Amino acid sequence: MSRRTRPWLLPASVLLAIVLGLLPLPELLQPLRPYWLALVVAYWLIEYPDRAGLGLAFACGLLADLAFGTLLGEQALRLVVMAFIIQRFRARLRFFPPWQQALAIGGLLFNDRIVDAAINVALGLPPLKGMFWLAPLAGMLLWPPVFWGLDAMRLGSWRRG
Amino acid sequence: MPALGTHSPNRQGEVVATLRLLGYLALAVLLIVLDHRGGWLSGMREQAGLVVQPLWMAAGWPGRAVRRVYDDAGTLAQLTADNERLRNELLVSSARITRLQTLADDNVRLRALLGAAQSGGLDVQLAPILDIDLDPARQRLVLDAGGNQGVRVGQSVLDAGGLVGQVIEVRPLHATALLLTDPAHAVPVMVARSQVRLVAYGEGRSDLLRIPGIPLSTDVQVGDELVTSGLGGRFPPGFPVGTITGLEPDDSGAFLVGEVEPAAQLDRGRDVLLLRQVPSPPPEDAGRLPREAPAADDPDEGAVLPQGDGEVAAGEPAARPDAEDAP
Repeated sequence: MSRRTRPWLLPASVLLAIVLGLLPLPELLQPLRPYWLALVVAYWLIEYPDRAGLGLAFACGLLADLAFGTLLGEQALRLVVMAFIIQRFRARLRFFPPWQQALAIGGLLFNDRIVDAAINVALGLPPLKGMFWLAPLAGMLLWPPVFWGLDAMRLGSWRRG
Repeated sequence: MPALGTHSPNRQGEVVATLRLLGYLALAVLLIVLDHRGGWLSGMREQAGLVVQPLWMAAGWPGRAVRRVYDDAGTLAQLTADNERLRNELLVSSARITRLQTLADDNVRLRALLGAAQSGGLDVQLAPILDIDLDPARQRLVLDAGGNQGVRVGQSVLDAGGLVGQVIEVRPLHATALLLTDPAHAVPVMVARSQVRLVAYGEGRSDLLRIPGIPLSTDVQVGDELVTSGLGGRFPPGFPVGTITGLEPDDSGAFLVGEVEPAAQLDRGRDVLLLRQVPSPPPEDAGRLPREAPAADDPDEGAVLPQGDGEVAAGEPAARPDAEDAP
């Protein structure tokens, strides 16, 4: 489906996702901060498997670890797990209607939270607070706009509505 | 499972994909463990950290813009009121400083009589806070000043209320401070009233520190003020850390657990102060100090303040020429 993809879009979208993740939020909204990077990486894995694979997820994760001050490798691990699941189910995910796709992404983000909590427990870090389990919901709601936005940028026009 | 879709990988492809997954997972786990232990990786991390500086700058713009708008929108009445208030505060503060100055002079003279090692004043540097959010599970602060502005690893970070934390990473344009409330942080404190020495640990919450293992017989009460004790040599003595808000027996019933409300406003404010003196790395107390704090690289400066009570850590270097008092 993809013919001429703009080569700068992938790195640009990843960098933008990291910056969005760093933006200050009011204390109340803090736990709801969506995992922008996961959304963007998921998009590229689903739509552009030629260039996006586990390696991309790993590299994005490392960069995010540096930017967010998390342990080096933490987000890399989380994104690689997510990328692997997406690769496995890519064939199906692609032909889901948007709302179903959003549900699947919500599930993936929730799984990501579990992985994150497991890492924290394994390292003896304090567990996540209850509210943080709501973040996948925010990510789920944001999936359709992110998807359409990136699609529009990539193909230069609206593909599906 | 992969029967659907035309791109479904065949069996061999699946094995390869799984192997690749395992490879990446192993690499990630290795990195996590190495970074968690803190070792040669931290040096590499510092280098790689240069890459993210532009990202931090970009993420800091909105915060800066909001601040500018807020500043510009100040009305005349508001500014006049602020001006008035600040003038008054300045008067009161200068009066207090002149009084303290005589005390400080006395102190220096008395210490000289005692032959004690001592240094003077409070030499600080103002650093704005870069308004970005890092990982919420860790209590960090990014400062909009870095190596180019003379920030060094190990500097104590203060605000008007008291101790905020310490600088743990320095890049040319930014520095990262570890807050008192980070779970990896511990600060040696002293009860100002009874001189009892304790260690306060971060809890990962911006409004709470915890002091575990206080013997029942210790002279500690709810409402006691805590100041840094200077033990361990990481923080200079005499800075407010917090107030004890609760004392509970722990699970065994043999000790008390204290809850402390930090004196510094950790979740507010735009600027912090950095103490210019970098304490020397502590010789033997390393176990009590934050895991992540790398050794300060400037061992020739001690850090002792006028409020010090003579109980400075044994390993602290002596006799630094008096620094000038900050205004």
